[in-house]
Amino acid sequence: MKILTLNFVTCARKACKASPAAFPLRPREAELEIVEQDINPLFVRNVLPRLEWDALREVCGELGLQQLPSTAPSPDDLFTTTPAAADTAMADAADAHEPRPSQLLRDLHTLLLETTMRSGKLVCGNCGHEYAVKEGIANFLLPSHLV
Amino acid sequence: MDPSHLRGEQYEDEHVHEVYEQIASHFSSTRYKPWPIVERFISTLHPGSVGLDIGCGNGKYLTVNPDIFILASDRSPNLVRIASTHNRPHVSLAADVLSLPHPLRTFDFALSIAVVHHLSTRERRINAIEAILAMLRPPWSSDKTVSGEPGRALIFVWALEQKSSRRGWDEGDDQDVLVPWVVKGGSQQQEKSSRMKQRKGKKGTRGSTMEEQVPQPDAETKPGPRAPSEVSSVPESEGRCNDKDSSKTYQRYYHLYRKGELEEDIETAGGTVLESGYERDNWWAICAPSMLNSYSTGS
Repeated sequence: MKILTLNFVTCARKACKASPAAFPLRPREAELEIVEQDINPLFVRNVLPRLEWDALREVCGELGLQQLPSTAPSPDDLFTTTPAAADTAMADAADAHEPRPSQLLRDLHTLLLETTMRSGKLVCGNCGHEYAVKEGIANFLLPSHLV
Repeated sequence: MDPSHLRGEQYEDEHVHEVYEQIASHFSSTRYKPWPIVERFISTLHPGSVGLDIGCGNGKYLTVNPDIFILASDRSPNLVRIASTHNRPHVSLAADVLSLPHPLRTFDFALSIAVVHHLSTRERRINAIEAILAMLRPPWSSDKTVSGEPGRALIFVWALEQKSSRRGWDEGDDQDVLVPWVVKGGSQQQEKSSRMKQRKGKKGTRGSTMEEQVPQPDAETKPGPRAPSEVSSVPESEGRCNDKDSSKTYQRYYHLYRKGELEEDIETAGGTVLESGYERDNWWAICAPSMLNSYSTGS
């Protein structure tokens, strides 16, 4: 389950939907892994304004990942016209001045789309219910007494 | 068909949820070609859009558009596991449409393909549509938009009017049916599908003639939540579904939507229908939360 997911899930119980404490769900006993994925700069740029940045920061803190800045980066910081060192050899003259994904964009891609929770729990900060994550799949089915 | 007062959550556990758990891999092997209207809806979404596929089944719509992010969910953990094998760059999770684990009024789009017709009372179907609409970014919110457009949902349900289909249901027939799914042999995926066809007599009578099972080559190419081995609500003992010792029949509940009913349910659920139609045995609608619905005053 990608870290990006945690920005778009909350407790499945109706009573928790209105509670700010239910979002984001708190990861516990998380086993993380990196699952490589092709970078999609347009997607990262467009999804950035959709994020609840504070929730993302909180989740990263709980998972012991890198400390994120207190405010979301500006879209201008996602591209650079200076080729990254690793790309210089491959870049020919024609596209050397094209905007390229900045290191920041690459880091966001790695954090949001490649860092995945393989197993653990997601805990609601409002009701305390724990949702299991197994083999990368979160299970939000509620026992019948909680529906 | 069981009387309506017996239907509800527990009924769906037996006649929907448990069936899909059992038939997941066989079901998945018959479902890989996207339906055209669904494919068009997904492929025209703006890059960076974030949305839901509620009732994703085996995840066949997760390969259509790599420039968006889909949180795909299904009530069947076995189907979710199958969906997770090809869900990149998306994500799949187990969830129930009536208890969705997502923040309200957030998403650019939602798909719900062949799901709402599995809810066994009108109240529960309307609740499901309400729950789907409640996920969408409403038209009066300009917050965090990618496209500048409000969220939209695409809903597909099985039609009552499908006279030319092999089931032959049509206007005036019972809308609440159990549809068998036959799994033959020990190995679900290797068995070749077959089908049984029921011919109707006059309106209201049903199940008079069963045809021989014949190979069904079109299972993968025709849209519709159809099974390769389905008959309509004929009791198991009347059919010849169990003519092999190793075969097993599962009964799935469906509410067959009559013309106009999907639009009525969407409006009752607080939605506005933007576009709707009929495609090969299914009614579909693209809808959005109505400006008048109760969410307009929500925070």
